[in-house]
Amino acid sequence: MADRAPVAFRVNGKPCAPRVHPMRRLLDVLREDLQLTGTKEGCGEGECGACAVLIDGKLVDSCLVPVGQVSGHEVTTIEGLASGSTLSSIQQAFVEHGGAQCGICTPGMILAARELLDRVPHPVEGEIREALAGNICRCTGYTRIFASVVRAIEIERGGA
Amino acid sequence: MSAIGQSVPRKEAHAKVTGRARYVDDVVLPGMIHGITVRSSCPRGRIRAIRFGDGIPWDEITVVTASDVPHNVVALINDDQPALADGVINHSEEPVVLLAHPSRALLERARAAVTIDVEPLPAVLTIEDALAKTAIAWGTDNVFKEYWIRKGDVDAAFARPDVTVIEGEYFTGAQEQLYIEPNGVIASLEADGGVAVQGSLQCPYYVQKALMKLFDLPPERARVVQLETGGGFGGKEEYPSMIGVHAALLARKSGKPVKIIYDRAEDMAATTKRHPARTRERAAVTRDGRIVALDIDFVIDGGAYSTLSQVVLSRGCIHAAGPYDVDHVRVRARAVATNTPPHGAFRGFGAPQSLFALERHMDVIARGLGLAPDELRRRNFVRKGQTLATGQIVRDDIDMAALLDRALAASEWHARRKRFAEENARGGRVKRGMGLATFLHGTGFTGAGEKHLASIVAAEGMANGRVRVLASSTEIGQGTNTIFSQIAADALGVRCDDIDVATPDTRDVPNSGPTVASRTCTIVGKLVESAAASVKAQLLASGLLQAPYDAPAFRAACSRFVKERGPLRATAQYEQPKDVSWDENEFRGDAYGAYSWAVYVAQVAVDATTYEARCEDFWALQEVGKVIHPLLAAGQIEGGVAQGIGWTLYENVVWKDGRMSNDRMTDYIVPTSADVPPIHVLFEEKPYAHGPAGAKGIGELPMDGPAPAILNAIADATGISLTRVPALPETIFEAIEGARRG
Repeated sequence: MADRAPVAFRVNGKPCAPRVHPMRRLLDVLREDLQLTGTKEGCGEGECGACAVLIDGKLVDSCLVPVGQVSGHEVTTIEGLASGSTLSSIQQAFVEHGGAQCGICTPGMILAARELLDRVPHPVEGEIREALAGNICRCTGYTRIFASVVRAIEIERGGA
Repeated sequence: MSAIGQSVPRKEAHAKVTGRARYVDDVVLPGMIHGITVRSSCPRGRIRAIRFGDGIPWDEITVVTASDVPHNVVALINDDQPALADGVINHSEEPVVLLAHPSRALLERARAAVTIDVEPLPAVLTIEDALAKTAIAWGTDNVFKEYWIRKGDVDAAFARPDVTVIEGEYFTGAQEQLYIEPNGVIASLEADGGVAVQGSLQCPYYVQKALMKLFDLPPERARVVQLETGGGFGGKEEYPSMIGVHAALLARKSGKPVKIIYDRAEDMAATTKRHPARTRERAAVTRDGRIVALDIDFVIDGGAYSTLSQVVLSRGCIHAAGPYDVDHVRVRARAVATNTPPHGAFRGFGAPQSLFALERHMDVIARGLGLAPDELRRRNFVRKGQTLATGQIVRDDIDMAALLDRALAASEWHARRKRFAEENARGGRVKRGMGLATFLHGTGFTGAGEKHLASIVAAEGMANGRVRVLASSTEIGQGTNTIFSQIAADALGVRCDDIDVATPDTRDVPNSGPTVASRTCTIVGKLVESAAASVKAQLLASGLLQAPYDAPAFRAACSRFVKERGPLRATAQYEQPKDVSWDENEFRGDAYGAYSWAVYVAQVAVDATTYEARCEDFWALQEVGKVIHPLLAAGQIEGGVAQGIGWTLYENVVWKDGRMSNDRMTDYIVPTSADVPPIHVLFEEKPYAHGPAGAKGIGELPMDGPAPAILNAIADATGISLTRVPALPETIFEAIEGARRG
């Protein structure tokens, strides 16, 4: 593999250039080559959203993206949200409001919520439901996830 | 302040929201290789040959077949399921060959190069075929187990001149658990010649038992560790024993750690699902709406091996007559064999199937008598001191009529029904309706199950002043770590943050039983409470701690005790309450120590153009004893209701030759955030004498109510009485158009 050309991109603000086949799934590069195992595989066919990451701020399923496509782009994974031990607003809200149960959909779900709040800072419930509809959660029935997103909006508005 | 009753942060929440929680596929051991499974592709037959094709470097690949298996059985109850098929194939996903290699890409090619040459035999693919014995798939008659409940004189009651007999037949389909993390394990060799399995699983001691039996190992050489588990719902109760022994076989043969992670298609097609069921109901009712007798024939499809079917059957059988006071009851319950992958544990465990039939039939009876559905139920509810179908006297302080009143008020039942009836009569594309279900769910193992398990929990004071809870009960998202911490904290008089919960590792933790049957909070939690109370008592008796004390004083005393006097440890073992007794042969007596009770209400809209039914609003009221953690408890109810809505309206396992043909998330539809209605969760709390702080079980209950409530609402909206789930648009179309054609 050492003779492969590096694929250069940024992950969570830091440059990286793994020498991997450009058709290797971004999901596998993140998990196996960069040891960023917070991104999960649930179905491998872009249905469940457990592997969702942000590419230049847009939500994508990393199981469907060949790594060559992110060359020169910025990838954000769940590991990129907290700063040190301080949780981001959405992470904090998920802790407070029971947004995570088994936790396997949580990284993708939180990134989906991040993408929504970056796009629509004050979404109504219908917009939250629609934005998260590509991320399957089998534990919560989504109710606590909605509550967590609503709480995150409060925090980002400057609420305590 | 008491920790119980507070919604303290989930113990492992921080790790889960930051992506740091370690699931099995996140773990890489030095030298680890990958394993995959080669499966049969026909439902039943004899293996003529296994051929390994050209073009594959077979000398580099570890290959395991039945001839490599020391004792070829996956131990569970009847030990009838082989780890690898040996000569015969009994279902279309039966594991036949295991392969291991460092390269997953090579393994996929190798799997495709293995040919399993099978001489087909006639297969049994449905409940009807199994009962008709079109072929014999198991034993002499395709029946794994048969149970009967007999109360009163059913035949005499049906012969009474003052009763009307109302009959119905109901079906429920298979359901995939669809935890978002597929099944996966890693097996490795221990220095002492033993084997270790770590992975995504609910019941470490089940996997240990399977390893011990298959390799003839003593318990100390069969180590099982649960890692963070991405959902289970029953789907990781018994199946991890299979994948666990597979990985261990490959690890023993290759001498290397072996990881097996199923992809979604393999997980969906090959692992267990909810048992399909057929239920026939006969009810003898008086004109004034009293149910005099129930005669129920309940059959579940167990698949190719017996696995847990008899236990699923017993729960389904016992719940079949519901929360009603009926003098004469007969339930005949059978689990039958078919040549499909074994069906297994899934939240509710037989009860959702039989309660669906009963609660749907209650509405059919109500309509037959011209009574409102709530009124028929009100006239038949069991009350404290009366007896359930097994003759169990209700000791719970339950008032179902009051529960019903509260649910009807919360859902504005009468006002909405009236309004929808008026709107529906005006015509228009969307018809709305309201439906309800009233039910109960037994807490803990059925019958003498808890007595036989005799679960043990330990609590241990540590040198750092903290207290550790040791149990094999697993955190699978439902909140085990958190509620055990709350219960221990209150028993010790410290804060939740002062409690640690040990990783379930059979080397360290006692066997507190499997994480199933809504037993973790009420049964195991009670043992946590007792063990923690013993630690506190030891500290007080030592003189190092004096009451009253605060948390820092406790930590100081605990630390000093351990440093100066040695281990500070206590265990607690389950003892059956003295007033509980069960006759396994006659199926009579106290089937469960307690029940949780519920009234669920659904509002449904049916689109008369697309025939799609949507659940628009949902109310879930339950009496579950003391609620330990309101947020987690509500999360359990909401999640269970969503799974119930999925089972009712969306989740359709399509069978082709005994195999799930829609084994993709693209084709098997579960509810998304856009499909789930607002779910209003309401609790009634009546403390249970034998639960920790009065708590009963909660996890499975919410699976029981949605299906009948939603189909009853569809009947209210359209006048169409559906008899099966899932109720897909096609199902509704056929029912409505069929009725229109007459």
